[in-house]
Amino acid sequence: MEVPILSELKSRGENPDYLFWIGCAGSFDDRAKKVTKALIKILNKANISYAILGKEESCTGDPAKRSGNEFLFQMKAISNIEILNSYDVKKIITSCPHCFNTLKNEYPDLGGNYSVIHHTTLINDLVKDNKISISGGYYKGKKITYHDPCYLGRANGIYEAPRDVIEKLDAELVEMKSCKSKSLCCGAGGAQMFKEPEKGNQDINIKRSEEAIKTDAKIVAVSCPFCSTMMSDGMTSKQEDVDVIDIAQMIEKAEDL
Amino acid sequence: MINILPNIIFSILLVTSVGFFIYNIKKLITVIKLGKPVDRTDNPKKRLYNMIRIALGQSKMVTKPISGFLHVIVYVGFIIINIELLEILIDGITGSHRFFSKYFNPSLYNFLIASFEILALLVLISVILFWTRRNIVKIKRFLSNEMKGWPKFDADNILYFEIVLMLLFLSMNATDLILQERNFEGYYKAGSFPVSSLMVPLFDSFTTSTVYVFERVFWWSHIIGIFLFLNYLYYSKHLHILLAFPNTYFANLESKGKFGILESVKNEVLLMFYPEKASESNSEIDKFGASDVLDLNWVQLMNAYSCTECGRCTSECPANLTGKKLSPRKIMMDTRDRLEKVSKNITINKGKFVDDGDRLLDNYISKEELWACTSCNACVEACPINIDPLSIIMDMRQFLIMEESSAHPDLNNMMNNIENNGAPWPYNQQDRELWIQEA
Repeated sequence: MEVPILSELKSRGENPDYLFWIGCAGSFDDRAKKVTKALIKILNKANISYAILGKEESCTGDPAKRSGNEFLFQMKAISNIEILNSYDVKKIITSCPHCFNTLKNEYPDLGGNYSVIHHTTLINDLVKDNKISISGGYYKGKKITYHDPCYLGRANGIYEAPRDVIEKLDAELVEMKSCKSKSLCCGAGGAQMFKEPEKGNQDINIKRSEEAIKTDAKIVAVSCPFCSTMMSDGMTSKQEDVDVIDIAQMIEKAEDL
Repeated sequence: MINILPNIIFSILLVTSVGFFIYNIKKLITVIKLGKPVDRTDNPKKRLYNMIRIALGQSKMVTKPISGFLHVIVYVGFIIINIELLEILIDGITGSHRFFSKYFNPSLYNFLIASFEILALLVLISVILFWTRRNIVKIKRFLSNEMKGWPKFDADNILYFEIVLMLLFLSMNATDLILQERNFEGYYKAGSFPVSSLMVPLFDSFTTSTVYVFERVFWWSHIIGIFLFLNYLYYSKHLHILLAFPNTYFANLESKGKFGILESVKNEVLLMFYPEKASESNSEIDKFGASDVLDLNWVQLMNAYSCTECGRCTSECPANLTGKKLSPRKIMMDTRDRLEKVSKNITINKGKFVDDGDRLLDNYISKEELWACTSCNACVEACPINIDPLSIIMDMRQFLIMEESSAHPDLNNMMNNIENNGAPWPYNQQDRELWIQEA
């Protein structure tokens, strides 16, 4: 796979339209790496001019900030902003709602002003503009439920773009008991991804998986690497044969990219 | 002289109860102002719109249709019946009887009195249903640990109060109607009484002078009840009927995902990266985060007083739903209870807070509760008046990490990784491109 690196493009005097911010999960987590690759294929198919930071990318600082470590967060943010601004980055694509939220909402107060777009919105726009076509295909008529990531939904009000994409796949979208602004968290937010849960009578991802199972859908569409991990772990421990898959991968599969 | 004695007594009661209410509200404002500054004066149009839509228009109440609908009835009843209250006050001060009836067109007056009666009946039914939901149906969100004792007593008190007030109001009208029909002196015919006329048989067998005594007792009990209710507000969760308005006006307008930048930290970090950009004046380092109520900002303190303990936040909280100790409602109640203690401390010590060896962290809100939060914003979304429990949780986490260095042990590994290799997991930053080569 050929992936353009921003520093190399810049040294050749090229200015890509977008920076694709891969994120830590997208770089290192096995499930999320597949989403990264699917999105790269989509970007290529739609002829989007983009590049990645590669070795210059680093954590946005989100998990540190949600833990309460404002120092570490701001140190990460300021050094990231220094790199982004040195390359004169204007538009950023992310596949992680946590990176999306931090870059979009929290970097401006530290001097980083970018137009940030989450991949579900981007894909929806590309379909609307006929840059990619996704009707029919593998998901036609299949029952799919969509799990809203907190940092895309409630935190940033993006509920419709991912649903529009699923509907354009000619799939049957069914909603869980709690959805959109009342959606139930997968349990990973607020740095919970990196710690054992506090004492309780159930894990949150199990509760959310049960809600998804009740819809009878055999596919749970996700748009966040942490939700993806939590929901697929949930399905595994419920011993349910339900496929947890990111919307970018669904496009990849439907279009045989 | 004897003729105006009731008017004098009434005026004294009125001035005393309104005066005491204003005294308490001033005290409340002083306490809220103890909070740290936060600027919420931007975008006044949007703020006003939110206040009208959410507080006045109750838009977030109806997301739960049953309690929302009942609440709207009680709320509309409360507002509309206040027009009648105005007449009662004028009658009380001047000694008139049904003052407005002399100035309003009779059909308009009849219409108004009839609507008040119908609303009073609807309020009565709604309040009885509310009581049933709390005490017989036993809805889960009213039974949590933090609702035991005073909060339960307080919630029921308000319902009893409203039941008694509505019954007094209707009984007052019923006896008034009997006196009107018997042409009793001063009780000329005014008003239409679709509900209280049904109660006439209860009093009709008494002599006119006894009915007059009944009427006076109901009239006085009703207005004294209202004065007591007004002054009960300050000591009760029922303060929300007033604070819902400033609370929605001053609520956060930013994306819910945006957690503000801590300026004191920004200055420290700038000193490390760009010393020329750091401000000099901030040489005295603030305390980072919050361990007690006086570390919170004034909007957070106002939130605490505005909370009516409905528990919609807690019933949506993923941590609470899965049996963890965290309850966003308890965060607000704890903040208010601690603030009340701090406020008394300041009053006793003549305007200065003297350390009492107590604090919000650990003594009210445990670390276990704070670490259970997923920062998902479900509580913020669920609150009918835009209270933000999450901001308090986050401020307290900042104190735990930056002042006490008592992060959850699992999180220390994650933070070390971010600091050393730029990812929450122990992968080398140089390996960030490895996925490209992988098949």
